[in-house]
Amino acid sequence: MNPILLAVLIVSGIGLLLGAFLVLANRFFAVEEDETVKELCAILPGANCGACGFSGCSGYAAALAENKQTETTRCPVGGNETAQKIAALLGVAAGEVAVKKARVRCQGFYDAKGKKSIYEGISSCHAATMLYGGDSACIYGCLGYGDCVGACDKQAISICGGVALVTPSLCKGCGKCVTACPKHIIEMVSEKESAYVPCSNKDKGAQTKKVCQTGCLGCKMCAKVCEAGAIRFEGGLAVIDDSLCTGCGKCIAACKFGVIKSYSPFA
Amino acid sequence: MLKSFLAVFLAAILTENYILSKFLGICPFLGVSKKLNTAVGMSLAVTFVLVLATAVTFPLFTYVLEPLGLGYLQTVVFILIIAALVQFVEIVMKKYIPSLYRALGIYLPLITTNCAVLGVTLLVLEKSAENPSYTFLHALVNALGAGVGYLLAMVLFAGVRERLEDADIPKFLRGLPITLIAAALVALSFLGFAGIVDGLL
Repeated sequence: MNPILLAVLIVSGIGLLLGAFLVLANRFFAVEEDETVKELCAILPGANCGACGFSGCSGYAAALAENKQTETTRCPVGGNETAQKIAALLGVAAGEVAVKKARVRCQGFYDAKGKKSIYEGISSCHAATMLYGGDSACIYGCLGYGDCVGACDKQAISICGGVALVTPSLCKGCGKCVTACPKHIIEMVSEKESAYVPCSNKDKGAQTKKVCQTGCLGCKMCAKVCEAGAIRFEGGLAVIDDSLCTGCGKCIAACKFGVIKSYSPFA
Repeated sequence: MLKSFLAVFLAAILTENYILSKFLGICPFLGVSKKLNTAVGMSLAVTFVLVLATAVTFPLFTYVLEPLGLGYLQTVVFILIIAALVQFVEIVMKKYIPSLYRALGIYLPLITTNCAVLGVTLLVLEKSAENPSYTFLHALVNALGAGVGYLLAMVLFAGVRERLEDADIPKFLRGLPITLIAAALVALSFLGFAGIVDGLL
Protein backbone atom coordinates (compact mmCIF):
# COMPACT_ATOMS: atom_id res chain seq x y z
CA MET A 1 0.00 0.00 0.00
CA ASN A 2 1.07 3.55 -0.65
CA PRO A 3 3.00 4.61 2.51
CA ILE A 4 1.48 8.11 2.48
CA LEU A 5 -2.03 6.70 2.24
CA LEU A 6 -1.25 4.23 5.01
CA ALA A 7 0.00 7.01 7.31
CA VAL A 8 -3.07 9.15 6.61
CA LEU A 9 -5.37 6.19 7.21
CA ILE A 10 -3.68 5.20 10.46
CA VAL A 11 -3.66 8.68 11.94
CA SER A 12 -7.24 9.46 10.92
CA GLY A 13 -8.27 6.01 12.14
CA ILE A 14 -6.75 6.66 15.56
CA GLY A 15 -8.35 10.11 15.59
CA LEU A 16 -11.78 8.72 14.74
CA LEU A 17 -11.43 5.96 17.33
CA LEU A 18 -10.47 8.44 20.06
CA GLY A 19 -13.27 10.78 19.01
CA ALA A 20 -15.84 8.01 19.23
CA PHE A 21 -14.37 6.94 22.56
CA LEU A 22 -14.72 10.47 23.96
CA VAL A 23 -18.30 10.79 22.70
CA LEU A 24 -19.17 7.53 24.46
CA ALA A 25 -17.34 8.58 27.62
CA ASN A 26 -19.19 11.86 27.65
CA ARG A 27 -22.48 9.98 27.26
CA PHE A 28 -21.77 7.46 30.04
CA PHE A 29 -20.12 9.80 32.51
CA ALA A 30 -22.45 12.74 31.93
CA VAL A 31 -23.02 14.88 35.00
CA GLU A 32 -26.48 16.30 35.55
CA GLU A 33 -26.02 19.98 36.27
CA ASP A 34 -28.43 21.21 38.89
CA GLU A 35 -30.51 24.06 37.49
CA THR A 36 -31.30 25.50 40.92
CA VAL A 37 -27.60 25.99 41.64
CA LYS A 38 -27.30 28.21 38.57
CA GLU A 39 -30.38 30.21 39.56
CA LEU A 40 -29.12 30.58 43.13
CA CYS A 41 -25.77 31.80 41.85
CA ALA A 42 -27.59 34.48 39.90
CA ILE A 43 -29.45 35.62 43.02
CA LEU A 44 -26.42 35.76 45.28
CA PRO A 45 -24.41 39.00 45.09
CA GLY A 46 -21.23 37.34 43.79
CA ALA A 47 -19.04 39.11 46.34
CA ASN A 48 -17.40 35.76 47.23
CA CYS A 49 -16.57 37.15 50.66
CA GLY A 50 -17.12 33.90 52.55
CA ALA A 51 -19.18 35.49 55.33
CA CYS A 52 -21.81 32.75 54.90
CA GLY A 53 -19.23 30.19 56.00
CA PHE A 54 -18.97 28.51 52.59
CA SER A 55 -16.26 28.83 49.98
CA GLY A 56 -17.74 31.77 48.12
CA CYS A 57 -21.15 32.29 46.53
CA SER A 58 -21.08 29.11 44.43
CA GLY A 59 -20.31 27.06 47.54
CA TYR A 60 -23.28 28.56 49.35
CA ALA A 61 -25.52 27.99 46.32
CA ALA A 62 -24.48 24.33 46.15
CA ALA A 63 -25.14 23.88 49.88
CA LEU A 64 -28.57 25.50 49.55
CA ALA A 65 -29.55 23.36 46.60
CA GLU A 66 -28.35 20.16 48.26
CA ASN A 67 -29.86 20.63 51.68
CA LYS A 68 -33.13 22.45 52.24
CA GLN A 69 -32.24 22.87 55.92
CA THR A 70 -29.44 25.31 55.09
CA GLU A 71 -30.34 28.75 56.40
CA THR A 72 -31.29 31.17 53.65
CA THR A 73 -30.18 34.11 55.78
CA ARG A 74 -26.46 33.53 55.80
CA CYS A 75 -25.59 36.17 53.23
CA PRO A 76 -24.99 39.53 54.95
CA VAL A 77 -24.02 41.24 51.70
CA GLY A 78 -27.34 40.61 49.97
CA GLY A 79 -29.29 41.10 53.19
CA ASN A 80 -33.02 40.54 53.51
CA GLU A 81 -33.73 40.97 49.83
CA THR A 82 -31.46 38.08 48.84
CA ALA A 83 -32.75 35.90 51.67
CA GLN A 84 -36.32 36.37 50.46
CA LYS A 85 -35.41 35.60 46.86
CA ILE A 86 -33.59 32.42 47.91
CA ALA A 87 -36.50 31.36 50.07
CA ALA A 88 -38.97 31.99 47.25
CA LEU A 89 -36.89 29.90 44.84
CA LEU A 90 -36.48 27.01 47.27
CA GLY A 91 -40.01 27.25 48.62
CA VAL A 92 -39.02 27.66 52.27
CA ALA A 93 -39.82 30.33 54.83
CA ALA A 94 -37.51 33.35 54.76
CA GLY A 95 -35.87 34.53 57.95
CA GLU A 96 -34.56 37.91 58.98
CA VAL A 97 -30.95 38.62 58.20
CA ALA A 98 -29.07 40.11 61.09
CA VAL A 99 -26.84 42.60 59.27
CA LYS A 100 -23.72 43.29 61.22
CA LYS A 101 -21.09 45.94 60.83
CA ALA A 102 -17.47 46.01 61.87
CA ARG A 103 -16.38 48.40 64.61
CA VAL A 104 -12.89 49.12 65.93
CA ARG A 105 -12.54 49.29 69.69
CA CYS A 106 -9.64 51.72 69.97
CA GLN A 107 -9.30 55.48 69.79
CA GLY A 108 -5.63 55.82 70.60
CA PHE A 109 -4.75 58.41 67.97
CA TYR A 110 -1.21 59.72 67.56
CA ASP A 111 -1.50 62.44 70.19
CA ALA A 112 -3.14 60.13 72.73
CA LYS A 113 -1.02 57.00 72.77
CA GLY A 114 2.67 56.58 73.47
CA LYS A 115 5.22 54.48 71.61
CA LYS A 116 7.51 52.11 73.42
CA SER A 117 9.83 51.42 70.51
CA ILE A 118 10.61 52.49 66.97
CA TYR A 119 9.48 49.82 64.53
CA GLU A 120 11.15 49.74 61.14
CA GLY A 121 10.04 46.36 59.83
CA ILE A 122 7.52 45.61 57.09
CA SER A 123 4.33 47.60 57.37
CA SER A 124 2.05 44.92 58.77
CA CYS A 125 0.27 44.64 62.12
CA HIS A 126 0.96 40.88 62.19
CA ALA A 127 4.70 41.39 61.74
CA ALA A 128 4.79 44.23 64.28
CA THR A 129 2.85 42.17 66.84
CA MET A 130 5.43 39.40 66.65
CA LEU A 131 8.05 41.83 68.00
CA TYR A 132 7.09 42.23 71.68
CA GLY A 133 3.42 42.91 70.87
CA GLY A 134 4.07 45.88 68.61
CA ASP A 135 5.56 49.33 68.92
CA SER A 136 2.56 50.92 70.62
CA ALA A 137 2.87 51.47 74.38
CA CYS A 138 -0.64 50.04 74.78
CA ILE A 139 -0.40 46.34 73.99
CA TYR A 140 -4.17 46.08 73.44
CA GLY A 141 -4.67 48.89 70.97
CA CYS A 142 -4.63 49.43 67.23
CA LEU A 143 -1.15 49.45 65.65
CA GLY A 144 -2.31 51.25 62.54
CA TYR A 145 -0.34 49.25 59.96
CA GLY A 146 -3.55 48.39 58.18
CA ASP A 147 -3.87 44.59 58.03
CA CYS A 148 -7.65 45.15 58.22
CA VAL A 149 -7.49 47.68 55.35
CA GLY A 150 -5.85 45.05 53.18
CA ALA A 151 -8.42 42.43 54.17
CA CYS A 152 -11.41 44.63 53.30
CA ASP A 153 -12.75 44.22 49.75
CA LYS A 154 -15.10 47.17 50.07
CA GLN A 155 -12.59 49.88 51.03
CA ALA A 156 -14.66 50.42 54.17
CA ILE A 157 -11.66 50.72 56.49
CA SER A 158 -9.10 53.49 56.55
CA ILE A 159 -6.25 54.32 58.89
CA CYS A 160 -6.86 57.74 60.34
CA GLY A 161 -4.43 59.24 62.82
CA GLY A 162 -2.83 55.87 63.47
CA VAL A 163 -6.10 54.03 64.20
CA ALA A 164 -8.32 51.96 61.93
CA LEU A 165 -11.75 53.46 61.27
CA VAL A 166 -14.69 51.64 59.68
CA THR A 167 -17.07 53.55 57.44
CA PRO A 168 -20.37 51.84 58.36
CA SER A 169 -22.15 52.74 55.12
CA LEU A 170 -19.51 50.87 53.11
CA CYS A 171 -19.17 47.88 55.45
CA LYS A 172 -20.98 44.77 54.21
CA GLY A 173 -20.40 42.74 57.37
CA CYS A 174 -18.24 39.95 55.92
CA GLY A 175 -16.01 39.92 59.03
CA LYS A 176 -12.72 39.48 57.17
CA CYS A 177 -11.16 42.36 59.12
CA VAL A 178 -12.06 40.65 62.41
CA THR A 179 -9.86 37.69 61.52
CA ALA A 180 -7.15 39.89 59.99
CA CYS A 181 -6.61 41.94 63.17
CA PRO A 182 -3.84 40.41 65.33
CA LYS A 183 -5.01 42.48 68.31
CA HIS A 184 -8.62 41.24 68.06
CA ILE A 185 -10.03 44.72 68.56
CA ILE A 186 -12.50 44.65 65.65
CA GLU A 187 -15.95 43.36 66.53
CA MET A 188 -19.13 42.76 64.56
CA VAL A 189 -22.13 44.62 65.94
CA SER A 190 -25.79 44.66 64.99
CA GLU A 191 -27.14 47.51 62.95
CA LYS A 192 -28.68 49.81 65.58
CA GLU A 193 -27.90 52.99 67.47
CA SER A 194 -25.96 52.19 70.60
CA ALA A 195 -23.22 53.36 72.94
CA TYR A 196 -19.80 51.73 72.79
CA VAL A 197 -16.41 51.90 74.43
CA PRO A 198 -13.69 52.56 71.84
CA CYS A 199 -10.97 51.00 73.97
CA SER A 200 -9.69 47.47 74.52
CA ASN A 201 -7.23 48.06 77.37
CA LYS A 202 -8.06 45.68 80.22
CA ASP A 203 -5.34 46.98 82.56
CA LYS A 204 -6.12 48.90 85.72
CA GLY A 205 -6.76 52.63 85.45
CA ALA A 206 -3.30 53.86 86.47
CA GLN A 207 -1.55 51.54 84.02
CA THR A 208 -3.92 52.47 81.21
CA LYS A 209 -3.38 56.18 81.87
CA LYS A 210 0.39 55.72 81.46
CA VAL A 211 0.13 54.38 77.93
CA CYS A 212 -2.89 56.22 76.49
CA GLN A 213 -4.74 59.44 77.19
CA THR A 214 -8.06 58.20 75.82
CA GLY A 215 -8.27 54.76 77.37
CA CYS A 216 -11.00 53.35 79.61
CA LEU A 217 -9.86 53.53 83.23
CA GLY A 218 -12.55 51.24 84.59
CA CYS A 219 -14.01 53.75 87.08
CA LYS A 220 -17.48 52.16 86.78
CA MET A 221 -19.30 55.51 86.63
CA CYS A 222 -21.07 54.38 83.48
CA ALA A 223 -22.33 51.15 85.02
CA LYS A 224 -23.95 53.14 87.84
CA VAL A 225 -26.10 55.21 85.48
CA CYS A 226 -27.01 52.43 83.06
CA GLU A 227 -30.65 51.47 83.54
CA ALA A 228 -30.55 48.55 81.16
CA GLY A 229 -27.71 46.82 83.00
CA ALA A 230 -25.83 46.54 79.73
CA ILE A 231 -22.39 47.47 81.05
CA ARG A 232 -20.06 44.86 82.51
CA PHE A 233 -16.36 45.02 83.36
CA GLU A 234 -13.54 42.91 82.02
CA GLY A 235 -10.62 43.86 84.26
CA GLY A 236 -10.32 47.62 83.99
CA LEU A 237 -12.40 47.86 80.85
CA ALA A 238 -16.08 48.69 80.46
CA VAL A 239 -17.83 46.47 77.91
CA ILE A 240 -21.29 47.40 76.71
CA ASP A 241 -23.53 44.48 75.79
CA ASP A 242 -24.84 45.37 72.38
CA SER A 243 -28.03 43.36 72.72
CA LEU A 244 -29.05 45.09 75.98
CA CYS A 245 -28.03 48.66 75.13
CA THR A 246 -31.02 50.91 74.43
CA GLY A 247 -28.94 53.78 73.11
CA CYS A 248 -30.25 56.19 75.77
CA GLY A 249 -26.87 57.92 76.00
CA LYS A 250 -26.73 58.33 79.79
CA CYS A 251 -23.38 56.55 80.06
CA ILE A 252 -21.93 58.88 77.42
CA ALA A 253 -22.78 61.86 79.62
CA ALA A 254 -21.55 60.09 82.76
CA CYS A 255 -18.08 59.28 81.43
CA LYS A 256 -15.72 62.05 82.47
CA PHE A 257 -12.98 60.89 80.15
CA GLY A 258 -14.98 60.83 76.95
CA VAL A 259 -14.33 57.13 76.45
CA ILE A 260 -17.91 56.15 75.70
CA LYS A 261 -19.18 57.15 72.30
CA SER A 262 -22.44 57.03 70.47
CA TYR A 263 -22.35 54.59 67.55
CA SER A 264 -24.51 54.95 64.50
CA PRO A 265 -24.24 52.24 61.85
CA PHE A 266 -25.99 54.49 59.31
CA ALA A 267 -23.34 57.21 59.31
CA MET B 1 14.48 -7.48 37.95
CA LEU B 2 13.23 -5.54 40.96
CA LYS B 3 16.58 -3.81 41.11
CA SER B 4 16.22 -2.55 37.56
CA PHE B 5 12.74 -1.18 38.33
CA LEU B 6 14.16 0.67 41.33
CA ALA B 7 16.99 2.03 39.17
CA VAL B 8 14.55 3.27 36.52
CA PHE B 9 12.32 4.81 39.20
CA LEU B 10 15.14 6.62 40.99
CA ALA B 11 16.74 7.75 37.74
CA ALA B 12 13.43 9.32 36.61
CA ILE B 13 13.12 11.19 39.92
CA LEU B 14 16.67 12.32 40.58
CA THR B 15 19.26 12.04 37.83
CA GLU B 16 16.93 12.44 34.87
CA ASN B 17 14.37 14.70 36.49
CA TYR B 18 12.28 15.84 33.54
CA ILE B 19 11.98 19.42 34.75
CA LEU B 20 15.37 20.09 36.29
CA SER B 21 17.64 17.96 34.08
CA LYS B 22 15.79 17.77 30.78
CA PHE B 23 14.03 21.15 31.07
CA LEU B 24 10.64 19.86 29.96
CA GLY B 25 7.40 21.28 31.33
CA ILE B 26 8.99 24.57 32.35
CA CYS B 27 5.79 26.57 31.71
CA PRO B 28 3.72 25.01 34.53
CA PHE B 29 6.89 24.78 36.62
CA LEU B 30 7.06 28.57 36.61
CA GLY B 31 3.36 29.27 36.31
CA VAL B 32 1.76 27.00 38.90
CA SER B 33 4.49 26.86 41.53
CA LYS B 34 3.44 30.03 43.34
CA LYS B 35 1.47 28.16 45.98
CA LEU B 36 2.18 24.79 47.49
CA ASN B 37 -1.33 23.31 47.24
CA THR B 38 -1.84 24.11 43.54
CA ALA B 39 1.67 22.82 42.83
CA VAL B 40 0.83 19.49 44.47
CA GLY B 41 -2.56 19.22 42.70
CA MET B 42 -1.00 19.96 39.32
CA SER B 43 1.80 17.44 39.89
CA LEU B 44 -0.63 14.67 40.87
CA ALA B 45 -2.74 15.30 37.76
CA VAL B 46 0.40 15.25 35.59
CA THR B 47 1.56 12.00 37.21
CA PHE B 48 -1.80 10.39 36.48
CA VAL B 49 -1.82 11.51 32.86
CA LEU B 50 1.85 10.47 32.43
CA VAL B 51 1.22 6.89 33.52
CA LEU B 52 -1.98 6.61 31.52
CA ALA B 53 -0.39 8.13 28.39
CA THR B 54 2.60 5.80 28.60
CA ALA B 55 0.30 2.82 29.09
CA VAL B 56 -1.41 3.62 25.79
CA THR B 57 1.39 5.05 23.64
CA PHE B 58 4.09 2.47 24.39
CA PRO B 59 2.13 -0.57 23.12
CA LEU B 60 0.67 1.48 20.28
CA PHE B 61 4.17 2.39 19.08
CA THR B 62 5.60 -1.10 19.56
CA TYR B 63 2.73 -3.08 18.03
CA VAL B 64 1.16 -0.71 15.49
CA LEU B 65 3.43 2.11 14.33
CA GLU B 66 6.79 0.30 14.38
CA PRO B 67 5.73 -2.85 12.43
CA LEU B 68 4.04 -0.66 9.79
CA GLY B 69 7.17 1.47 9.43
CA LEU B 70 5.35 4.56 10.65
CA GLY B 71 7.69 5.36 13.56
CA TYR B 72 8.14 8.89 12.24
CA LEU B 73 4.50 9.62 13.06
CA GLN B 74 5.10 9.17 16.77
CA THR B 75 4.93 12.89 17.73
CA VAL B 76 1.67 13.54 15.88
CA VAL B 77 -0.03 10.38 17.11
CA PHE B 78 1.15 10.82 20.69
CA ILE B 79 -0.17 14.38 20.88
CA LEU B 80 -3.51 13.11 19.58
CA ILE B 81 -3.63 10.41 22.24
CA ILE B 82 -2.51 12.65 25.10
CA ALA B 83 -5.14 15.26 24.20
CA ALA B 84 -7.89 12.63 24.12
CA LEU B 85 -6.71 11.09 27.39
CA VAL B 86 -6.72 14.43 29.19
CA GLN B 87 -10.26 15.03 27.96
CA PHE B 88 -11.26 11.58 29.17
CA VAL B 89 -9.64 12.11 32.58
CA GLU B 90 -11.49 15.42 32.83
CA ILE B 91 -14.87 13.81 32.07
CA VAL B 92 -14.34 10.98 34.54
CA MET B 93 -13.01 13.27 37.25
CA LYS B 94 -15.96 15.63 36.88
CA LYS B 95 -18.28 12.69 37.45
CA TYR B 96 -16.55 10.85 40.31
CA ILE B 97 -14.18 13.32 42.05
CA PRO B 98 -15.84 16.74 41.56
CA SER B 99 -13.87 18.26 44.43
CA LEU B 100 -10.52 17.50 42.78
CA TYR B 101 -11.96 18.59 39.43
CA ARG B 102 -12.83 22.00 40.88
CA ALA B 103 -9.50 22.30 42.71
CA LEU B 104 -7.47 21.66 39.53
CA GLY B 105 -9.64 23.91 37.36
CA ILE B 106 -7.83 25.15 34.28
CA TYR B 107 -4.64 23.17 35.00
CA LEU B 108 -6.26 19.92 33.95
CA PRO B 109 -6.83 20.83 30.26
CA LEU B 110 -3.44 22.57 30.25
CA ILE B 111 -1.71 19.23 30.78
CA THR B 112 -2.60 18.50 27.13
CA THR B 113 0.05 20.96 26.05
CA ASN B 114 2.55 20.04 28.75
CA CYS B 115 5.69 19.02 26.90
CA ALA B 116 6.82 16.91 29.85
CA VAL B 117 4.04 14.42 29.05
CA LEU B 118 5.07 14.24 25.39
CA GLY B 119 8.74 14.14 26.40
CA VAL B 120 8.33 11.22 28.78
CA THR B 121 6.36 9.14 26.25
CA LEU B 122 8.82 9.87 23.42
CA LEU B 123 12.11 9.56 25.31
CA VAL B 124 11.14 6.21 26.79
CA LEU B 125 10.93 4.81 23.25
CA GLU B 126 14.58 5.70 22.62
CA LYS B 127 15.57 3.89 25.79
CA SER B 128 13.70 0.74 24.86
CA ALA B 129 15.25 0.83 21.38
CA GLU B 130 18.75 0.99 22.91
CA ASN B 131 18.11 -1.67 25.53
CA PRO B 132 16.02 -4.77 24.63
CA SER B 133 15.47 -5.63 28.31
CA TYR B 134 13.62 -2.34 28.76
CA THR B 135 10.02 -3.59 28.83
CA PHE B 136 6.55 -2.09 28.96
CA LEU B 137 6.63 -2.34 32.77
CA HIS B 138 9.89 -0.38 32.86
CA ALA B 139 8.22 2.32 30.78
CA LEU B 140 5.32 2.51 33.25
CA VAL B 141 7.70 2.72 36.23
CA ASN B 142 9.62 5.42 34.38
CA ALA B 143 6.40 7.40 33.85
CA LEU B 144 5.48 7.08 37.53
CA GLY B 145 9.00 8.14 38.53
CA ALA B 146 8.83 11.09 36.14
CA GLY B 147 5.57 12.13 37.81
CA VAL B 148 7.05 11.84 41.29
CA GLY B 149 10.10 13.79 40.09
CA TYR B 150 7.76 16.44 38.74
CA LEU B 151 6.03 16.57 42.13
CA LEU B 152 9.38 16.84 43.90
CA ALA B 153 10.58 19.69 41.68
CA MET B 154 7.27 21.55 41.97
CA VAL B 155 7.09 21.23 45.76
CA LEU B 156 10.72 22.24 46.24
CA PHE B 157 10.30 25.20 43.97
CA ALA B 158 7.00 26.26 45.54
CA GLY B 159 8.90 26.47 48.83
CA VAL B 160 11.55 28.64 47.18
CA ARG B 161 8.86 30.85 45.59
CA GLU B 162 7.09 31.37 48.91
CA ARG B 163 10.38 32.50 50.43
CA LEU B 164 11.02 34.82 47.48
CA GLU B 165 7.75 36.63 48.21
CA ASP B 166 9.16 37.94 51.49
CA ALA B 167 12.70 38.59 50.26
CA ASP B 168 14.05 42.05 49.59
CA ILE B 169 14.84 41.74 45.88
CA PRO B 170 16.38 44.52 43.74
CA LYS B 171 13.71 46.11 41.59
CA PHE B 172 15.10 45.02 38.22
CA LEU B 173 15.13 41.36 39.32
CA ARG B 174 11.61 41.18 40.72
CA GLY B 175 9.12 38.79 39.16
CA LEU B 176 10.26 36.46 36.38
CA PRO B 177 14.03 37.25 36.41
CA ILE B 178 14.58 36.18 40.02
CA THR B 179 12.30 33.18 39.46
CA LEU B 180 14.44 32.02 36.53
CA ILE B 181 17.63 32.50 38.55
CA ALA B 182 16.13 30.52 41.43
CA ALA B 183 15.01 27.79 39.01
CA ALA B 184 18.54 27.62 37.59
CA LEU B 185 20.00 27.21 41.08
CA VAL B 186 17.54 24.45 41.97
CA ALA B 187 18.38 22.70 38.68
CA LEU B 188 22.08 23.06 39.44
CA SER B 189 21.61 21.40 42.81
CA PHE B 190 20.06 18.39 41.07
CA LEU B 191 23.33 17.87 39.19
CA GLY B 192 24.64 16.57 42.48
CA PHE B 193 22.62 13.40 41.96
CA ALA B 194 24.48 12.58 38.72
CA GLY B 195 25.76 9.00 38.68
CA ILE B 196 24.17 7.72 41.85
CA VAL B 197 21.97 5.17 40.07
CA ASP B 198 24.54 4.07 37.48
CA GLY B 199 25.68 1.17 39.62
CA LEU B 200 22.15 -0.18 39.95
CA LEU B 201 21.44 -0.56 36.25
